[in-house]
Amino acid sequence: MAAPVCMEYRIEGNNFMVAGTASNNIKNTLKMLGIQSDVCRRAAVIAYEAEINLVIHANGGILKAVISEDKLEISTEDEGPGIPDIDQAMTEGYTTASNQAREMGFGAGMGLPNIKRNSDLFEIESTPGVGTKLISTVFFNK
Amino acid sequence: MNLKELAELIKAEVITSDRDLSEITVPFVSACDLMSDVLAFCSPGSLLLTGLTNIQIVRTAQMLDLPAVVFVRGKIPLEETVNLAKESGIPVLLSKYSLYEVCGRLYAAGVKPSYVPQPREA
Ligand SMILES: Nc1ncnc2c1ncn2[C@@H]1O[C@H](COP(=O)(O)OP(=O)(O)OP(=O)(O)O)[C@@H](O)[C@H]1O
Ligand SMILES: [Mg+2]
Repeated sequence: MAAPVCMEYRIEGNNFMVAGTASNNIKNTLKMLGIQSDVCRRAAVIAYEAEINLVIHANGGILKAVISEDKLEISTEDEGPGIPDIDQAMTEGYTTASNQAREMGFGAGMGLPNIKRNSDLFEIESTPGVGTKLISTVFFNK
Repeated sequence: MNLKELAELIKAEVITSDRDLSEITVPFVSACDLMSDVLAFCSPGSLLLTGLTNIQIVRTAQMLDLPAVVFVRGKIPLEETVNLAKESGIPVLLSKYSLYEVCGRLYAAGVKPSYVPQPREA
């Protein structure tokens, strides 16, 4: 692969009809590029969990995927309410999801731990009142 | 077990399928209403049983390349859910049985549960 492949999507807040479309595009692109299927699966989980978090917690934001020779980087950036306590947010079962989100099957408090579990490198940075940034990296030969 | 035999076992009505269900094998089953748990614990190739009928159920199945989705307790899926299932070629089955009974019938017939990974050492 020569130049990195970059994909960038503006994710709409609280729109459940289209939520997941961007992640599905990312997954399909990875498959088309012939990336190993276990990597595609991990990437799908990371992208989808991150996308849903933008939809249900951040009033939308940007979802990005950069595929280079040896790795895939999935990142999000939003100007939502931010996360006051990252350790708490990373704890399995902790959630502040709305009833609407729960009715859709979200709010298990598993998304961020799922993202971390599927990442080789994981970074999250958040400032209350400013927004949240998340970067997840998956290496291809690992 | 293939999806056609499975559908008969749980007396399921099949909507959205132009595919031959006897060609789809179901190695595992996962029964869950929490999509993040599906994303965390569902073995590749698992059939998803759920009582929720919104579009994100099919989206989750699509993200994980799950072979099909079964809506239990006689629930009728929303129109957008059916449309996305058609678009993505994911068969949707409707069973009048409860989640418990669908699980029981499939388990008794020897269909294996989805693998639940042990928590990773920190
Ligand atoms: N982008 C974000 N902006 C603001 N808060 C967030 C964001 N992402 C996560 N959070 C906070 O962290 C908590 C935990 O997130 P996580 O994804 O693990 O679980 P969840 O989204 O609540 O439920 P699930 O992912 O299982 O559907 C959320 O409930 C929310 O309070
Ligand atoms: Mg989440």
